[in-house]
Amino acid sequence: MKKAIVSLLAVILGLVAGALLMIFTGHDPIEGYRFLITGALKNRERIGNTLATATPLIFTGLSLAFSFRTGLFNIGAPGQMLFGGLCATAVGLTFDLPRVLLLIVMILAAFIGGALWALIPGILKAKFNVHEVVSTIMMNWSCYWIVYYAVPAYFKGPSLETESKLLPEAASLKASFMTDLFNGSYVNLGFLLAIIAVIVIGFIINKTTLGYELKAVGYNRDAAEYAGIAVNRGIITSMLISGGLAGLAGVAQYAGNASNIQIGLLPSQGFDGIAVALLGASAPGGVFLSAIFFGVLYSGRGFMNAMTDIPPEIADTIIAIIIYFAATSILFERLISFLKRRRTNKAEPGKPSAPDKPDSPAEAAKPVGRVGE
Amino acid sequence: MWDTIANIFPYAIVYTIPLLITALGALFSERSGIVNIGLEGLMIVGAFAGALTINKLQAAYPGEQWTLWVGLVAAFVIGVLFSLLHAFASINLSANQVISGTAINMVAGSLTIFLARNITGSGNIRILQGFRKFDIPVLSDIPIIGRLFFSQTYWTTWFILGVLILSTFLLFKTRFGLRLRSCGEHPHAAEAAGVSVRKMRYMGVMISGGFAGLGGAIIISTYSGEFNGSVAGLGFLALAALIFGQWKPLGVLAATFFFGFASTIANVSQVIPSFQVIPAVILKVFPYVVTLIALVLFSKSSQAPKAAGEPFDSGKR
Repeated sequence: MKKAIVSLLAVILGLVAGALLMIFTGHDPIEGYRFLITGALKNRERIGNTLATATPLIFTGLSLAFSFRTGLFNIGAPGQMLFGGLCATAVGLTFDLPRVLLLIVMILAAFIGGALWALIPGILKAKFNVHEVVSTIMMNWSCYWIVYYAVPAYFKGPSLETESKLLPEAASLKASFMTDLFNGSYVNLGFLLAIIAVIVIGFIINKTTLGYELKAVGYNRDAAEYAGIAVNRGIITSMLISGGLAGLAGVAQYAGNASNIQIGLLPSQGFDGIAVALLGASAPGGVFLSAIFFGVLYSGRGFMNAMTDIPPEIADTIIAIIIYFAATSILFERLISFLKRRRTNKAEPGKPSAPDKPDSPAEAAKPVGRVGE
Repeated sequence: MWDTIANIFPYAIVYTIPLLITALGALFSERSGIVNIGLEGLMIVGAFAGALTINKLQAAYPGEQWTLWVGLVAAFVIGVLFSLLHAFASINLSANQVISGTAINMVAGSLTIFLARNITGSGNIRILQGFRKFDIPVLSDIPIIGRLFFSQTYWTTWFILGVLILSTFLLFKTRFGLRLRSCGEHPHAAEAAGVSVRKMRYMGVMISGGFAGLGGAIIISTYSGEFNGSVAGLGFLALAALIFGQWKPLGVLAATFFFGFASTIANVSQVIPSFQVIPAVILKVFPYVVTLIALVLFSKSSQAPKAAGEPFDSGKR
């Protein structure tokens, strides 16, 4: 409950900060937000596009949430997403298989590619205690440059130097029944895959021994080890799953929402995944909701820009500010506790205030892995 | 071969300097106990502030070199101010320093383009004229060294090298440096000795912000000439250099030059045939891979400040 309030506060403050920015640069924030919302939700096609925009965010949010639960900070989601996307694109452009088989192989390739890219930091963490934040950052930029040179060398498109060839229709996640359902939107099978992933990850975290062990490692590594849990194997498993999920974001983005892979940028969805996971309190359901919310911001910004000449980067700025407020959420938590205490004091004068008890063991646990541990 | 190396050497130095100053700033921050992965964002903010200031001043005073120095000062100041966000979150609120740093990167990347679009329409800010290259008289005539180090240099290069020497002195020979480093190693001991850990950590983060901002503005005023909302991962490269240099000023100098040289070769390998034997991708990935290897090799004997990344809780023992 407290988590939800904190998340909501971060969102509200982020939106307020965005409004202030619009006022500061001479725009009307009410008009801006109105066009942002209509741009994202006006009709079935736009709703479909919003869901499509949210799809990679669901995957990267799940990826980060899964690593947070294990006490790891997988900031390498952008690299894993890019590498997964590269693997899927490579498969899609190379093999000539029946459509269903091809799509399955592409999705597997994306998962394995992302997992592979996370495996190295996982091993380094487990065997040499190298902090995963630093190693995944190095992996991100390695992937950036590998894609930068591999795509033009092997999959160069006919016109632009900075993009790969277009994927053939058989290798696209776009499905006609979904396109029709949403009136020609580019929403695709990736969204269905994302829903499946939310359910599966929720099941793994909450209902399986593996999930229990991983959470135990996240709460207290030493205690988990003492209880007989193979901590190092847990770390590697968690990184593999987290990386695989980020890889799926790659196939959803490059073979679903887009039809090719671009060079020269780390996908922003990878970093946004941090915000999605934080806002969603690292719970799969929460991740889903916050990804949809960010999807609204991202998909409505184009319409807003066309109608009001507010630069579209306002959406990115709002999301970034929300992350900052999520990082400083302890401020709100203190504020809430303070207000609660004051209210109980008023209600029962003379009685000492009750110490704040966290709502759930998850909140009592220490926050996600800190650098230097 | 000698000729090509001598030709690209000045470029490598120019490319190294922004990395060096940014990594040097991060050295202060991490030595004080705060991990700063917001370097990329702070560089972007500095590049934005520098480009905007220089752009406006050059419109009013065309052809004047001092406008560039004013731009560097502006970048430094804005960098310091922006880093306060990170300092406040990680020092006062004990927030997760990685999340806060990531937020800095994202805010900087999107906010500066948002503002630039409001100002110029395109989101790019171009400066009319950057620093001029020059050969240092007498010194540039020394055989070999003269051509490598003293020809086609910028004033900023010598300025930053001066800052490096000053920083080394400050960190290792003064009371301030000792206190700052103690906060990164044993903050509780430092506090017991009467050092204000918060104040020292604020200093570390602010110096980091200012230096990173300076790095961003130097990119604009030397080799790039245009702000476009990104510094292409140089902030993260500086972070890698800090680790590879094992948190020591000379190590950082060597690491940044190493990385700068490798990147320069990769950048020119398209046009200079003798470098085409090494694929550019290997040169570009090289800094990150050697940093990973260094992390493994030094994992037992790492020189990393012991308390870096841990929020300081005065009551905890």
